[in-house]
Amino acid sequence: MVLGFAVLLVCQLVGEIASRGLGLPVPGPVLGLVLLVAGFAVWGRGRTDAEVAASPAARVGDGLLSNLGLLFVPAGVGVIQYGGLLKAQALALALALVGSTALTLAVTVLVFVGVSRLMGHRAADEAPDNRGDAA
Amino acid sequence: MTSVFGLWIYLSTTPLFWLTVTLLAWLAADALAKASGRHPVANAVLIAATIVGALVLGSETSYRTYFDGAQFIHFLLGPATVALGIPLYRNRALVLRNLVPMMAALLAGAAVSIGSALGIAAALGAPRDVLASLAPKSVTTPVAMAVSERLGGQPSLTAALVILTGILGAVMVTPLMNALRMTDFAARGFAAGLAAHGIGTARAFTVDSVAGTFAGIALGLNALVTAVLAPMVLGLF
Repeated sequence: MVLGFAVLLVCQLVGEIASRGLGLPVPGPVLGLVLLVAGFAVWGRGRTDAEVAASPAARVGDGLLSNLGLLFVPAGVGVIQYGGLLKAQALALALALVGSTALTLAVTVLVFVGVSRLMGHRAADEAPDNRGDAA
Repeated sequence: MTSVFGLWIYLSTTPLFWLTVTLLAWLAADALAKASGRHPVANAVLIAATIVGALVLGSETSYRTYFDGAQFIHFLLGPATVALGIPLYRNRALVLRNLVPMMAALLAGAAVSIGSALGIAAALGAPRDVLASLAPKSVTTPVAMAVSERLGGQPSLTAALVILTGILGAVMVTPLMNALRMTDFAARGFAAGLAAHGIGTARAFTVDSVAGTFAGIALGLNALVTAVLAPMVLGLF
């Protein structure tokens, strides 16, 4: 467990150093993510996916990801500090957040699926939705 | 009686107390979410943050004191972001196959996220600094705060708007996708991560692991694209 956690932290640390050192717009942990994937690609060569999945880093990482929501609770509680700031523009902010979030979700998924269909491949896990008609 | 009061004074300022409260609130919120069959409105992040927020406010504890305990959990966001590489590697074949749709959805989604938020807020008379604070609302907090600062916004307001966007996105995504009859979990997850960063990603993982993987990719890519796009879009207003 310590080894797995250390691997994740080393990736983050190197990412943090690269991000700040080179003044990149990408945050350190996201660079760390890229580094981890590159590491798996090198280390995983000649190993099965099951072996990679059983590696210390993968086991610790899966543990963190299965409780990802918990990690946002401290920041979520932080919203209480900004009651005044939010209240000053409450209507504009509420409508902007709700409207923009719904629109962003819809446009993103429609473009993804639309381009995917244009390219002629049905996504692997897309369930046929007209099964009733065919039967 | 003084000893009970003294005990509270001690407990309420020790990191142990608020760390424990946060974990217990999460366990209760997660159990509630599970009992509801993971109903979108019963979002565990929202429930836990509401419980803890009410306790912090009710006990007149400062957020700084609370955070002394909660920082140990908050810290794990970094390694957890790195860990998103694990499902990404595991699903690499599926990811590569969807590269072109992903890039198209990324550019369209990022532009709509910034443009529509600014358009609505500007139409309702929000001042310039609020618009600048709002522009990066869909990306992960550290990036959003840095972008907001560069645009002349208030980074602390941005942090609150980012969290609220994440919770809204996590609550909205499932009913919205079902209403649009979207059944491709790669596309659904990608939208969740793009619009609602890590909180959307956490929601996506509770629905489907492929959705979670694509949400994680979208979160990373949108951090990059929004940092470049936000100043350009804000320039139009």
